[in-house]
Amino acid sequence: MRLAGIYLLSALVVFVCVGPFIYMVATSLKVGTDLFNPSLVPAHPTLGNYARLFQGTQPFGRQMANSLMVATVSVGIATLFAITASYALGRISFRGRGLLLMTMLGVSMFPQVAVLSGMFELMQALGLYNKAIGLTVPYAAFTLPFTVWLLTSFMKQLPVDLEEAAIMDGCGPLRIVFRVFMPLLTPALVSTTLLAFIGAWNEFLFALTFIADDNQRTVPVGISMISAESAFEIPWGSLMAASTLVTVPLLVLVLVFQRRIVSGLTAGAVKG
Amino acid sequence: MSTIEFKQVSKRFSHGLPLTINKVDLRIEQGEFCAFVGPSGCGKSTLLRMVAGLEEITSGDLLIGDQRVNDIAPAKRGVAMVFQSYALYPHMTVYENMAFGLRTIGADKVAIDKKVREAAQILQLTPLLDRLPKALSGGQRQRVAIGRAIVKQPRVFLFDEPLSNLDASLRVQTRLEIAKLHREMASSSMIYVTHDQVEAMTLAQKVVLLNTGPRIEEQLSIAQVGTPMDLYHRPRSRFVAEFIGSPRINLLPARLLRANPASATFEVLGQEVEAAVDATHLPARANVLVGIRPEHVVVAESGEGALMRGSVTHVERLGDATLLYLSLGGALAVTVRVEGDASRAVGQQIQIQLLREALHVFDDHGNACPRTPQLPH
Repeated sequence: MRLAGIYLLSALVVFVCVGPFIYMVATSLKVGTDLFNPSLVPAHPTLGNYARLFQGTQPFGRQMANSLMVATVSVGIATLFAITASYALGRISFRGRGLLLMTMLGVSMFPQVAVLSGMFELMQALGLYNKAIGLTVPYAAFTLPFTVWLLTSFMKQLPVDLEEAAIMDGCGPLRIVFRVFMPLLTPALVSTTLLAFIGAWNEFLFALTFIADDNQRTVPVGISMISAESAFEIPWGSLMAASTLVTVPLLVLVLVFQRRIVSGLTAGAVKG
Repeated sequence: MSTIEFKQVSKRFSHGLPLTINKVDLRIEQGEFCAFVGPSGCGKSTLLRMVAGLEEITSGDLLIGDQRVNDIAPAKRGVAMVFQSYALYPHMTVYENMAFGLRTIGADKVAIDKKVREAAQILQLTPLLDRLPKALSGGQRQRVAIGRAIVKQPRVFLFDEPLSNLDASLRVQTRLEIAKLHREMASSSMIYVTHDQVEAMTLAQKVVLLNTGPRIEEQLSIAQVGTPMDLYHRPRSRFVAEFIGSPRINLLPARLLRANPASATFEVLGQEVEAAVDATHLPARANVLVGIRPEHVVVAESGEGALMRGSVTHVERLGDATLLYLSLGGALAVTVRVEGDASRAVGQQIQIQLLREALHVFDDHGNACPRTPQLPH
């Protein structure tokens, strides 16, 4: 009875979470009047919506590539800075360390809109306005506080002896960070980079504000600009196809890396 | 070449805190096995970490092989350290763990391979070279940690309580392996930190016993340096006498009656007791403590020397020996070590004998009077 209840509840949770996605995929396979049939199995499944995405006025393929590039580069930059910063914040005791950490946390609490105009000025000053690559600057900046905080707490947990052993082995700080600590931080790194990637991939407001050129846009803004032949029609099929294509890479990433988020990697480092 | 010399070495962790290490003057010869012992908080690990370079030296000089190393990076001092927690790199195999240090300094690949395999051979780690530390037992991890030190062919080996994470039987076995290692690497000096006096006594040629607490400021860090037998038979102070030896030495309050260079007579519990010590420097009727180790107390119904009666309050049978706890009246108690098959009941009255050659005497500052009998070195 208890077990049945648990299963029922889990089924409900799964349905609520996954339901919209299934409906999205189902809709993306429908065309014409079929779109308005709520059945989850399309009567005449077709990939026409997907094909049309790449033939329309929007450079959808280009936008996907932009998104991929922007998310990857900004996560790469953020991770590199976060690892080195978290080593300093987690391992080296210096004056004002706590204050610095709190300030970073404080900064990350500003809503995006609050910094939008300032950021716009900055982007123009840097000559990054209307360039996809320019988005990496605000993205990395917005990811960093979160990434640094998370990695700092992981970094603090690594045994001090390990660091000292590395010092005895002749390692400088960089080698300690990248050869000794980074492999041990893999689980933490995977989760933080994944979350940062998802954040950058989905970001809308900055992408909308800082880019005017269709060819430089990232895909979330691209989707919002998909239009039908007439102004009174919403192109559900194309929208759903685009949404599916945007979701799939994230899904794949999470599934691939889920296995690598192994806890207990540090087992065997110290004591028994 | 690889002597280690401490010259007035002191350490204060931060301004306003008391000294952790106070003016250590010590010379460790090449190839010597030296143990730092002391109760917890005596700074023995700090002293070791100063040799390693992991801890800065507040004042004084540290010389390794005639070279001042105060400001030399840990890896360039020619020292290798075995950590208490082993500190193996968990993501590297046994082989990589041992090779890592050599790779870092950019040694030749073939040479690294040769050294790692040699060390693995010595430590019987060859079949385990491809394993990760998590797949090793505690004793094996300990051996890898030692192997990581060996491959560097250091001038000085530093051991920071290397056996304290092992179980009792493995501890004895590894202790013997370390002794063997010391014989094989005769030209390297070894410094070994432990709180276990048995490890210090069995392994070391030179034992350095460190003071703790306020004694560090009052009497410098080092309580006594000497061979294990020196510390056992000729403790310079009450602190040393109480630290070395288990169960701990019995101390009885006494008063000096007469003294000559070869012996002195004291009044203990209203009885005259003669001890083979030179107490001529003490004033007459000085208050002292007379000490005798539990293993030197003789249970006898009659005989020479001072006899005392006490009742057994507690019996501990260890198999090879039995410990008797006697009450001599009042708060005074004496521990006696007798053969394992000697059986005594609680409450039984027995008589003990304090032999003059077995007695230690400490003045009211805790300093020992020199003992006069011939004692082993």
